[in-house]
Amino acid sequence: MEVEVSQLVFYLLSFVIIISAIYVVTLRNIFHSALFLILTLFAVAGIYIMLNAEFLAAVQVLIYVGAISILIIFAIMLTSQLANKQIRQSNEQVMIGIFICSGFLLASLGSIANTVWRIVEKPLPENNTLTMGKLLMNEFVLPFEIVSIVLLAALIGAVVLARKEGA
Amino acid sequence: MTDQNWSILIPEIFLFIWALFIFGLDLGIKRKNPKILGYSAMAGLTITGILLAIFNGGILFKGMFQSDQLAIFFKVIFIGSAFMAVGSSFDIASEKIRHHRGEYYGLILFSTVGMMFLSSASELITLYIGMELTTIPLYVLAAFYKDDKLSVEAGLKYLIVGAFSSAILLYGLSLLYGLTGTTDIVTMKINLSLVFLSYGKIGPGLILAMIMVIAGIGFKLALVPFHMWAPDVYQGAPTPITAFLSVGSKAAGVVAFARIFVNGLIAFASDVMKPLDWGIIVAILAAAAMILGNITALRQRNIKRMLAYSSIAQIGYVMVGMVAASELGIASVGYYMFIYLFANMGAFTIATIFNDKTGSDGIISYSGLSKTSPIFAAYMSIFLLSLAGIPPLGGFAAKYLVFAAGIQAGYTWLVIVALLTSVVSLYYYANIIKTMYFSAEEPTIKIHPSFPANLVLLISVIGIILFGIFPGPILDWALESAKIFAF
Repeated sequence: MEVEVSQLVFYLLSFVIIISAIYVVTLRNIFHSALFLILTLFAVAGIYIMLNAEFLAAVQVLIYVGAISILIIFAIMLTSQLANKQIRQSNEQVMIGIFICSGFLLASLGSIANTVWRIVEKPLPENNTLTMGKLLMNEFVLPFEIVSIVLLAALIGAVVLARKEGA
Repeated sequence: MTDQNWSILIPEIFLFIWALFIFGLDLGIKRKNPKILGYSAMAGLTITGILLAIFNGGILFKGMFQSDQLAIFFKVIFIGSAFMAVGSSFDIASEKIRHHRGEYYGLILFSTVGMMFLSSASELITLYIGMELTTIPLYVLAAFYKDDKLSVEAGLKYLIVGAFSSAILLYGLSLLYGLTGTTDIVTMKINLSLVFLSYGKIGPGLILAMIMVIAGIGFKLALVPFHMWAPDVYQGAPTPITAFLSVGSKAAGVVAFARIFVNGLIAFASDVMKPLDWGIIVAILAAAAMILGNITALRQRNIKRMLAYSSIAQIGYVMVGMVAASELGIASVGYYMFIYLFANMGAFTIATIFNDKTGSDGIISYSGLSKTSPIFAAYMSIFLLSLAGIPPLGGFAAKYLVFAAGIQAGYTWLVIVALLTSVVSLYYYANIIKTMYFSAEEPTIKIHPSFPANLVLLISVIGIILFGIFPGPILDWALESAKIFAF
């Protein structure tokens, strides 16, 4: 019985993700698109919870829903006239795009279904946030540290590009 | 944690701190003296090279960071290309980018640090993050002429294409992780063979993963059909950055490719493993790159666009050595990149100086350069002839080795394509030489490079001629570096 419920929740979340993602790329009002993007990201966080990745879900909500979406909305509101403008999100290549994307979708579905995947038989660690923190600070400390250089580089780059010349 | 030899991280850490020092120095001198910044960037890169010679060999973090011969070989190429890019930037630094000189040099160093981490990564996450650290500064650097529409367009295009290709690459890497349960490349190799031995098959998921990784790295390499961004970005970006993109960033892609495919997926490089054979996919892409790059380059009137298409073709030749997936193959790739460093950086340095003097990138405006600046016309001829692969210059030995590796591995058709397209390439390289030497127009332009640019040109010319006549030392080193892969 429990399995069925979780399956139901999974399908529900996937439905929400797909529908709202379609709205994000088709709606003519970019502000509405941004709101649907938030809904998509929320539903993805739900999927993470179902996969026992609570920490990822929390990070997803904090960073994507909390920070990035707010930034996007700010950018829309601060750009004059953009919030009420009706824009077309597609161009004349939309049919080719749909064709290629569905072809790619079918190809990847087919190959994923026919592949031997590596299944981990061990039960998941009791407290996977703790495990992840330990991994980040031990085994994966090098990429973790390099990420901070990446962020610094992005920060400096953004300042350079946004700064007025001669100011 | 006991036998960890932390000192092998010193070159990377030093270069990172030096980049921060340059940001600070720019503030300290109140943006007054542009030359100090450039010279200190060059000094920093030189010291990093020396540190690399002292602190190397060994692994860190359970093999996550490997300072092996392959990594060191390519790190020398990265440091060299950054050194030359900085050296050829002195002229634009005094005028066009005067508000952000420190950031300009610092970001070049950041990107170099990223390449160095990337070449040492034997694990997918570090490799990916190294690649991001390589490209994020380059997005900014490509758009560094903020008043120039072409440059801003170049930066934006590069950012969008780069983000897109990163997403594809990540998807491919995550599929590889799903197939093997590890991000460590060597363990990945073992796990894949275990699955193959026990089930007798892996399935098309591996093909999907390989195609995505090839596409993701192919974007960085500007390999056909993922090359569309390259001509526009190369044309719009500041010329030293174009040079850095075409050598440093490509060499980084080459290392990533070698680590993932030639090391991790080596078992899938042969006909026996059909259809799980990446060799044939890459061979077809390489052939397409050589044909399309060389033929499109014929029609270019702008030297930066021409060099962009030529570099698309050049990466096709590099991939001939890569698909050979043998010791000679990897050694020839290394040697090729080493010579390519000198030839391409040299050619772009001349283009930078010329553009700075005349504001033009048109090939036609090089008319009669041999009469006003005979030395630089001669330099340019050497660079172009080396790119075309004329003996006794370095480019010839490089092409010879790559072709030999290709034939040894049984890719005779690919080598024939490579030979034929080389002949085509000679036409457009020689066309510039013809314009410089045999144009009827009266020459008007005389170029005076700054001292560092002169130094860069001199190093490049000496490198091409010396290593063309005596390929021995570099080739031995490249063979040594290829030994780290168990063939």
